Amino acid sequence: MVGNRTVTQLVAAARGGERRATARLLTLVEQGGQLADEVAGATHQLVDNAHVVGVTGPPGAGKSTLTAALTTLLADRGRRPAVLAVDPSSPLTGGAILGDRVRMVEATAAGVFIRSMATRGHAGGLALAVPGMVRVLDAAGFDPVVVETVGVGQVEVDVAAAADTVLVVVTPGMGDAVQANKAGLLEVADLFAVNKSDQPNAADARRDLELMLDLSDLTGHRRAGLPERPTIVSTVATTGGGVEELAGAVDDHLEALRSSESLAVRRQDRRSVEVRSRLDHLLLEASAAAVALASVDGSADGEAPGATAKRLADHLLGGPDHTR
Amino acid sequence: MTGKTFRTLSGIPVEAVYGDGPLPGEFPYTRGVHPDMYRSRLWTMRMFAGFGTAEDTNTRFRELLRSGGTGLSTAFDMPTLMGRDSDHEWALGEVGRAGVAVDTVEDMADLFDGIDLGAVSTSMTINGPAPILLAMYVVVAEESGVERSRLAGTLQNDILKEYQAQKEYLFPPRPSVRLVTDAIRFTTAEMPRWNPVSVSGYHIREAGSTAAQELAFTLANGFAYVEAACAAGLSVDSFAPRLSFFFNSHVDFFEEVGKFRAARRIWAQWMRDRYGATDERSLKLRFHTQTAGVSLTAQQPEVNIARVALQALAGVMGGTQSLHTDSHDEALALPTAEAARIALRSQQVIAHETGVASVADPLGGSHYVEWMTDELERRAEEVFAHLDELGGGSLLEGVYAAIESGWFVGEIADASYRYEREVNAGDRIVVGVNAFTEGSDSRQAELLRIGQETEDLQCQRLDAVRRSRDDRAVAASLSRVASDAAEPTTNLLPALLEAVSVRATLGEVVEVLEGVFGTYVERTVV
Amino acid sequence: MSGDSPIRVVLAKLGLDGHDRGLKVVARILRDAGMEVIYLGLRQTTETIVDAVEQEDADVVGISMLNAGHLTLGPRIVDALADAGLDVPVVIGGIVPDEDRQALADAGVAGVLGPGAPAEEVVAGIRDAVATHGW
Repeated sequence: MVGNRTVTQLVAAARGGERRATARLLTLVEQGGQLADEVAGATHQLVDNAHVVGVTGPPGAGKSTLTAALTTLLADRGRRPAVLAVDPSSPLTGGAILGDRVRMVEATAAGVFIRSMATRGHAGGLALAVPGMVRVLDAAGFDPVVVETVGVGQVEVDVAAAADTVLVVVTPGMGDAVQANKAGLLEVADLFAVNKSDQPNAADARRDLELMLDLSDLTGHRRAGLPERPTIVSTVATTGGGVEELAGAVDDHLEALRSSESLAVRRQDRRSVEVRSRLDHLLLEASAAAVALASVDGSADGEAPGATAKRLADHLLGGPDHTR
Repeated sequence: MTGKTFRTLSGIPVEAVYGDGPLPGEFPYTRGVHPDMYRSRLWTMRMFAGFGTAEDTNTRFRELLRSGGTGLSTAFDMPTLMGRDSDHEWALGEVGRAGVAVDTVEDMADLFDGIDLGAVSTSMTINGPAPILLAMYVVVAEESGVERSRLAGTLQNDILKEYQAQKEYLFPPRPSVRLVTDAIRFTTAEMPRWNPVSVSGYHIREAGSTAAQELAFTLANGFAYVEAACAAGLSVDSFAPRLSFFFNSHVDFFEEVGKFRAARRIWAQWMRDRYGATDERSLKLRFHTQTAGVSLTAQQPEVNIARVALQALAGVMGGTQSLHTDSHDEALALPTAEAARIALRSQQVIAHETGVASVADPLGGSHYVEWMTDELERRAEEVFAHLDELGGGSLLEGVYAAIESGWFVGEIADASYRYEREVNAGDRIVVGVNAFTEGSDSRQAELLRIGQETEDLQCQRLDAVRRSRDDRAVAASLSRVASDAAEPTTNLLPALLEAVSVRATLGEVVEVLEGVFGTYVERTVV
Repeated sequence: MSGDSPIRVVLAKLGLDGHDRGLKVVARILRDAGMEVIYLGLRQTTETIVDAVEQEDADVVGISMLNAGHLTLGPRIVDALADAGLDVPVVIGGIVPDEDRQALADAGVAGVLGPGAPAEEVVAGIRDAVATHGW
């Protein structure tokens, strides 16, 4: 029970359009644990209706503003977009300041559902929580579901990359394209937005990007299964310039995935990645518990560390008898 | 005042200035812009106040003029500052509260009813919609038979600091700066007695910056306007003499004095060496000072009288041209008349009793003050170098880049948070707040409760103007505003003059401009 | 709520003026106390605040106001949240005369923080509002 409602009741309410219920389900998934598992159980068969779009890029590229402009446009066209905006937690205090809504006022007014989320530090927590939260939004009937992250850490990039369509936002100047390349953003992109294209050096930025894509084509660094070279769209998020074109490109990409049957492949990959990160998490927990137990019960005394590890692994994975 | 001998309280005659050159009045004006400073003319004791309807303010203006004043200082209410009409949803509860509401030229006419605009000087504290208010003022003057060339006054019109600190912007930075330069071009050509921009560090400091940041960001903004106006085709000496500045005077006495001295030196050097100014008036930084509202405490508010007096003294020792002293009760509420009088009296004590006005730059030559001046200059130069690099050799572009990346806001927020933590940890003493707190809880806030009547009345007046005007003329004038706005090299002032003269409202004009320019949301840096 | 989840607080400023220094300091204080601050910033309306509280499933709302509108705006926010079925405490920051505090408490405002309140008072004010509210 959560408050006075069961998870099943909350899911039904969320699917009936009650935003408060959706928000509470997101909280349960984010907090992890048994209730999160219940939510996963109640939603996992209700999904795959939403177009999941990942948006990432270097800090200051205008991701929030562009996400807001894009989702506002879609909402005005009768879609029901939701945004999951991920920002880093402070590594020192675990707290966070989540400021994305400031730039999404119009989107809120247009009916876009926005949820801010902190990375909360703990290892792999983001990778565990985000797929489940996307599932809640999908099950609640939102479409598209946009996951926006700062493209600096590997986990953040991976989280945004676990999408049907991955949009990487860069800006002219300050070597954004180079930064994006270093952060591994080029390999995951299906679409690029060169934002702030009203700035004088926007043409240079676009050229830089083309050049870098040429290079990555040559060296084969593109992600497997990507149908073609990414589309580049020039945008000015603050005035809405290029946003219609971007919306078109996002739709076109989904269409291309569908017609080439890559969509199912991608979604299967996404499930595999999630299974993998959940399994990693379970194994990590189990191995920590086993090590703790071994040091408490003294069974490892006088044994070489490698031998202990081998014995515990055999035990965890159901191998030969672990007792001596 | 030649011939008069200045003596100390005990009768010792004193010279107008001490020390070697460069003396006050000599480049780079570190020691002051006039050779004998306050001997020939004291600073202007300019007191700024905000209140109710146009009629209320008009009554106050007339009283002021009858008692010998010549300068009028206008505070506008929040909706006006944000370019909204009094019946806009944002205006609810804010009409006439922090100043006067001006929706149309009719309000401006009421504000200055019976006052000869050719004989007074008017200061208008307004930024985002400044050119529209300027246009209204010109229309009111000309409808009463005073030609625009005779008008004297100052428009704050400093939009860059809004993105950095005060956050009262309407449009994105670039079109906003175009509006600033349009006003500079217009006044330079047609209103030779008008100061088109008062470059303001006051609000940067109030937002929590350090003294060095206030100095650096303000002067960088000044240089940015110079570059923008030059890029719009003006020669630097045609407008630079009419740029003025507005600084904060905070509580660290010598740091403040050093800041004012460094400001003059930096401005003179940069204007001469980088921007090629040759007119001496372009090199002289003239400034208004206000004591630090943010330093006033709600605990033991009487102690603020001492703070304000010391801050005012720093402004005078720093060579200010005019001064506003805060009232000691401002941390609690709008100032009472008695508190405002004490604040003015503090200036009069400094001017007439302390003797500090007898000698120009009396602290010049102090090892500490000279070092502090150099140090603040050095810190400011670091900021200029950073912005110059960001802008690829243009301070204007550097300021734009640093606004967009949130750099200014982040630097100020860091400084502000550092200060709060120091006070919180007891590393920095604030009397009555974290030390010497006996008696701190005796006083409670008395708030001015403003009725709904002002708002209702103002909305009725606005409605009456809307019903009596020629709507087709308004529509035509607004479409000209839109088409001129879309043409970046066209000066918007003629279109604005036409629009407000046919009684287009402030909010209508701003909405049309938003349609062309867009709006602005800051990159959140907390 | 599981015990180790951070408090989620929505911070917003009402009114047209641009004075956000205090709100920003409060945001940092709460972040440094381990809370997740959903920062809405300047010029918010009742609607934007209710939307944010609902979608963010916030535990508490902090509202800053400089002008003397607290007696109108404080209860208005409390009522709007209740109308939306959101049972979330509201803490107000700003200049509030002592005689108004009881009126605000009667209207359902969970706490008032004066200007320049020290960090520990701010943190305690938010924590207490959440703890005594509960869900």
